[in-house]
Amino acid sequence: MSALTACIAGIGYWSDGLPDWAAARAFASSGTLPADAVAKPAPQLLAPNERRRAPPSVLVALEVALAACRDAGIAPDTLPSVFTSTHGDLGITDYMCATLAQAPTEVSPTKFHNSVHNAAAGYWTIGAGCMRTATAISAHRASFAQGLVEAMVQLATDSEAVLLVGYDTGANGLLGTVTRSEGLLGAALVLTRDGSGPRLSSRLEDGDAPTGTGPLATRARDNAMAPMLPLFDALAAGDSTVALHAGPHRRLRLDIAHG
Amino acid sequence: MPPIAIRAFSATTALGRGSEAQSAALQARRGGLRRNDFGPQPLPTWIGRVDGLEDAPLQGALAAWDCRNNRLAWLALQADGLMPALEGLVARHGAERVALVVGTSTSSIGASEEGYARAQVDANGAPCFPQDLQRPIVHTPHSLGDFLQHATGLRGPCVTVATACSSSAKVFAQAARLIHAGVVDAALVGGVDTLCGSVLFGFNALGLVSTQPCRPFDAARDGLSLGEAGGFALLERGAPDEAGLQLRGYGESSDAHHMSAPHPEGLGATLAMRDALARAGIDAGQVGYLNLHGTSTPANDAIEARAVAALFPESLHAASSKGWTGHTLGAAGIVESVFALLALRDGLLPGTLNSETPDPGCGPQIRFDNARRDIDYAMNNSFGFGGNNCSLVFGRGATA
Repeated sequence: MSALTACIAGIGYWSDGLPDWAAARAFASSGTLPADAVAKPAPQLLAPNERRRAPPSVLVALEVALAACRDAGIAPDTLPSVFTSTHGDLGITDYMCATLAQAPTEVSPTKFHNSVHNAAAGYWTIGAGCMRTATAISAHRASFAQGLVEAMVQLATDSEAVLLVGYDTGANGLLGTVTRSEGLLGAALVLTRDGSGPRLSSRLEDGDAPTGTGPLATRARDNAMAPMLPLFDALAAGDSTVALHAGPHRRLRLDIAHG
Repeated sequence: MPPIAIRAFSATTALGRGSEAQSAALQARRGGLRRNDFGPQPLPTWIGRVDGLEDAPLQGALAAWDCRNNRLAWLALQADGLMPALEGLVARHGAERVALVVGTSTSSIGASEEGYARAQVDANGAPCFPQDLQRPIVHTPHSLGDFLQHATGLRGPCVTVATACSSSAKVFAQAARLIHAGVVDAALVGGVDTLCGSVLFGFNALGLVSTQPCRPFDAARDGLSLGEAGGFALLERGAPDEAGLQLRGYGESSDAHHMSAPHPEGLGATLAMRDALARAGIDAGQVGYLNLHGTSTPANDAIEARAVAALFPESLHAASSKGWTGHTLGAAGIVESVFALLALRDGLLPGTLNSETPDPGCGPQIRFDNARRDIDYAMNNSFGFGGNNCSLVFGRGATA
């Protein structure tokens, strides 16, 4: 295939203990953690009452999405978006299954509409007042790589700039006995066709991507979205190439030209 | 946009397995809804259930993916020559040059629900899933895409799109982009959703489920009937001046309004329809048939009818097929695209089943009776929770 390209105009990041990209970069280079990191994201895009009720997946996705837009200096309502998550909100899935097993007629209507995989995408477009296209995908451990491919394909065909958001939550309840994911993790990129910032050139190829061993990947390795972290370690370290898991025996090779 | 060729298509719904079963039921105005008989505590509603899934477990190497949703995916894949046509695409382009993009709303969450209903305790006294459901892959949204990847051997990008009820319309847009960008030459697209407690009791909690067979656009409509379905289409980069059915345009938008209620002026729906027409390079007046989202909820149908009346001439035949199949959620996009393709191929324009008295807010575009005439373009609307909208335009090659 011909290479897909994109410029990284903005980055957003949130993991437990590392509440933004500046903290993540500092941790990657020096191993220091911020002393006063908040325990959960509080995205400014949501009204305070919505923030209290929103599930963790929505909080982390909106937090990193807005941070990436601010970093890029691009208005959120102008961007088409790709939201990618391995499992969506595992706490809500546990709630739905547990309630259905015990008292099915007592399912909460709000929890039900928050159970859709595109809940974060929906809250984002509502909060940002954005009427551009938004999608929500999953590709298991390849979720971030496939989201990145879709975002870069949108740049190649339909749009000058696009927002990509990857996130996963921790598993709990009975579901947590079969589905493994811990903590809260999210990252977002605002990608543009042309512009300043690191330039990505990507191609799909045969082979397995190595498990990340950088500081960010090691720290959040038990979250289901961890397969995205080799890219963020590479961006923090200024590496020139990285491979992401893109499916069974397939990987997305990314060459990074730092501006 | 450059047209994308459609090499094969199929749907399996409560009307039966494959395109001929759909055509026959649409023509005879024979609906597939029945009184709800799904699950241990069936709500008083009507459903579009696919027969035979209980007796069709996945076998051999595919047994690891066994669940109601993947059974329906497998069944739907066996119809209308999809598999031989897919083998042809792989032979032409190579397995890594064929993408797999499929939509679902709830994937195989029915298996997770069953794990909770049949929970056991392990050797340490802690609750656990029964042994036969301790398969992590069926408890995650990509269950559908992962199953199909293993079942078909495709090695191109493999993605499960889950934007609620627009999921398997958006797969056409994503696959078209992958082809246009040169990442692949062809794609297997589609969608599968099966009945489960989450959607039956969830839509019931929102007060959106009717106790009667749904009546889209009827003045007395009072909610939807849920259904299950699976369907697929094979897309390939078209050659110039090629005959045959084609994807001509897609349009996608967001309402930016509410998680489960449509934009009151149908702004998102209008944007998606305009975007699809613009990409196809045609005027609204050239569309012969529009398969509406038409869920039979009071809000959706009123708003969609107004948006259609504002955009299309009175001559348009627009209708909802939900009265035949029920609302098949994440599969609605592919099922109703198949109905649009059948309308293009055969000139059969379905009306709206079960509905008798048009809502006074409906324009003359909204049709209850079937019609038969040759058309040049057919469209499909699919709108989902989160205000997620997608419209598709299908047409024929120039020399057809």
